[in-house]
Amino acid sequence: MELTGAKIIMEILKEEGVDTVFGITGGAAIEMYDELAKTDIRHIMVRHEQGAVHAADGYARAKKDVGVCMVTSGPGATNTVSGIASAYMDSIPLVVFTAQVPTSLIGNDAFQEVDIVGITRPCTKHNYLVRSIEDLARTVKEAFYIARSGRPGPVLVDIPKDISQTTTNYKPSPRPSLKSYNPTYRPNIRQLRWAMGLIKEARKPVIFAGGGVILSGASRELTKFAKRLKAPVAGTLMGLGAFPGTDKLWLGMLGMHGTYRANMSVQSCDLLIGVGVRFDDRVTGKLGTFAPYAKIIHIDIDPTSIRKNIPVTVPIVGDCKISLAELNRLMTKESFTVDKKSSKLWLDQIEEWKKTMPLSYDQRKTIKPQHVVEKLYELTNGNAIITTEVGQNQMWAAQYYHFDQPNCFITSGGLGCMGFGFPAAIGAQVACPDKLVVDIAGDGSIQMNIQELATAMQYKLPVKIVILNNRYLGMVRQWQELFYDKRYASTDIAHAPDFVKLAESYGGVGMRATRPEEVEPVLKEGLNTPGLAIMDFLVEREESVYPMVPAGAPITDMLLVN
Amino acid sequence: MTEEKHTISLLVENTPGVLSRIAGLFSGRGFNIESICAAPTMDRLVTRITLVTRGDESIMEQINKQLNKLVNVIKVQDLTETDFVEREMALVKVKAEAKNRAEILRLVDIFRCKVVDVTPTHYTLEVTGTAEKLTALLDLLKSMGIKEIARTGSIAMTREKK
Ligand SMILES: Cc1ncc(C[n+]2csc(CCOP(=O)(O)OP(=O)(O)O)c2C)c(N)n1
Ligand SMILES: [Mg+2]
Repeated sequence: MELTGAKIIMEILKEEGVDTVFGITGGAAIEMYDELAKTDIRHIMVRHEQGAVHAADGYARAKKDVGVCMVTSGPGATNTVSGIASAYMDSIPLVVFTAQVPTSLIGNDAFQEVDIVGITRPCTKHNYLVRSIEDLARTVKEAFYIARSGRPGPVLVDIPKDISQTTTNYKPSPRPSLKSYNPTYRPNIRQLRWAMGLIKEARKPVIFAGGGVILSGASRELTKFAKRLKAPVAGTLMGLGAFPGTDKLWLGMLGMHGTYRANMSVQSCDLLIGVGVRFDDRVTGKLGTFAPYAKIIHIDIDPTSIRKNIPVTVPIVGDCKISLAELNRLMTKESFTVDKKSSKLWLDQIEEWKKTMPLSYDQRKTIKPQHVVEKLYELTNGNAIITTEVGQNQMWAAQYYHFDQPNCFITSGGLGCMGFGFPAAIGAQVACPDKLVVDIAGDGSIQMNIQELATAMQYKLPVKIVILNNRYLGMVRQWQELFYDKRYASTDIAHAPDFVKLAESYGGVGMRATRPEEVEPVLKEGLNTPGLAIMDFLVEREESVYPMVPAGAPITDMLLVN
Repeated sequence: MTEEKHTISLLVENTPGVLSRIAGLFSGRGFNIESICAAPTMDRLVTRITLVTRGDESIMEQINKQLNKLVNVIKVQDLTETDFVEREMALVKVKAEAKNRAEILRLVDIFRCKVVDVTPTHYTLEVTGTAEKLTALLDLLKSMGIKEIARTGSIAMTREKK
């Protein structure tokens, strides 16, 4: 078939099962958009390209599939960078098509020319500039393959305008094979046996689950593994939902704002089994002091994650799901049983920690943000898809909403990118039209992609936004309070729009709660609104997130109360 | 831990931007590059890059893994762990005053250099050898006055087993 480049891209999108594309058009992208409009693929026209990428990210996580974006050259492309960097840090599979000036103009500082491949090289899993129509089909196929496989991630494909216009003969090709790219899925059996040896000896095991468990769909295997071992499970921010948040073995989140019992357990355990984690600094605190008594088994599909930050006893390179299934199989084969006495002692100790220092806050005359999240959890029976912005709102969401299922907590973990939550909620709502999707937002972050209200309204996406409105860049204010003698330099954002009227001006519903007794009715009304609703909760301004481990301290150095 | 010198040999796809990916990896992650040298192999689609870096064991492990993770990188080999040959070439323009000429030519002889250009005031020498040999020669020539040098950086390969 003789097809234009733009048509070839559409053919491959169909072959890859893409049903939605997020983006904004422009001069160099017209051709692609012209063809996109002729397909059955749904286009969600956002109002800012950063929104497109975060939406594709939210879509990818909720749908467990690749998210796809399409934008124009120059500013369209540069606007995607924060979104791509966020997806890269969180290993989210995306394919981002950026249009480029015609090949004859590349390098001339042409109008709306930017070297987006150069700019995004360090924040994509891989990227391409398509220089010849002959390379197009193979490149786009490779982009999808690389985005999805191994440790997933965003792949950018830059398409010069003349490439989308030129024709060539196209026939569908099979899945590409790359001689230089071959992820390891199957763990080495010798490593697994070595790990089993440690597991048998352990008296105080802790499992520590991260985003890799969710990405590889390993929650069932993880749950089985933990129950069999009777090992408590802590999670990273990205790992929330990997293990049921209401299970007795769940310790909560680990690290800087982790629970007392999670941090204490990790610091006291004799075996730490990290699954799909990368031991980042927000989790480990001061490196030399992390898990001092533990032997460490580390399972991850990306060899660079292993021994990057901390030494491990048994490295296992492989897919989390396959690796855990293999360990479960070995346990059965070797008739593994836990030592009842030591197991009871260990679990009793953890129960003790849980009782002494549960997550808590005191209810006062003003609304407590934690209370809003707690009520939201109750009223939604824990069944909503929650996205978050960044800052205190994100941490309270992580602490007070409990996730029994994977793929329900969508947050910008690695990059911590303000403005993520709302567009991500749009993407998640597109992926799951029948689910309740709630963005737990801060008053600062929500303003970073507030323009997407128009997108949500246009496509009738009934996203709910819960603003924990403290009129501060709260998380930074908290650091200033604790470590900078309360010098609140440039964190007071009381000068803000009226979010109720703002919602209304876009055609949505807005409501506000100013007193604790209004929290429940406002939530009920907002959640029951058929369309988009913003719920603005004026919360205690100087509430802080606890526990808190100061940056660079051991994770047992927890500041516990206000 | 000690920061030892490592010579790494890479086979990479000969695609635009591949050098920049490797250089970007090193600068972005704070690894250092002492020298880097790239040219196509017999297969024009494949380039060999020889890279000299320094790092302790854990840094070298990361460098190795991170290089392997790049989609365009086909093979990574730390030659320092094997028996290998390493060569570097340099051109050295040295001041050749009457009183020094004989001494320079003696050094040319000892170090098996070639004199590739002669003017009334300067000799240009071509020298090949290990980086250590080149450095030794340069140290000796320094007192006579080196006007300019150009070094290629190391290229290397494993020795065939006997
Ligand atoms: C794009 C971006 N800019 C700046 C920051 C630094 N930062 C982290 S949290 C935060 C405050 C966020 O304020 P708000 O959204 O109101 O959330 P709160 O902490 O008050 O809940 C800031 C400025 C960031 N994470 N992302
Ligand atoms: Mg705020």
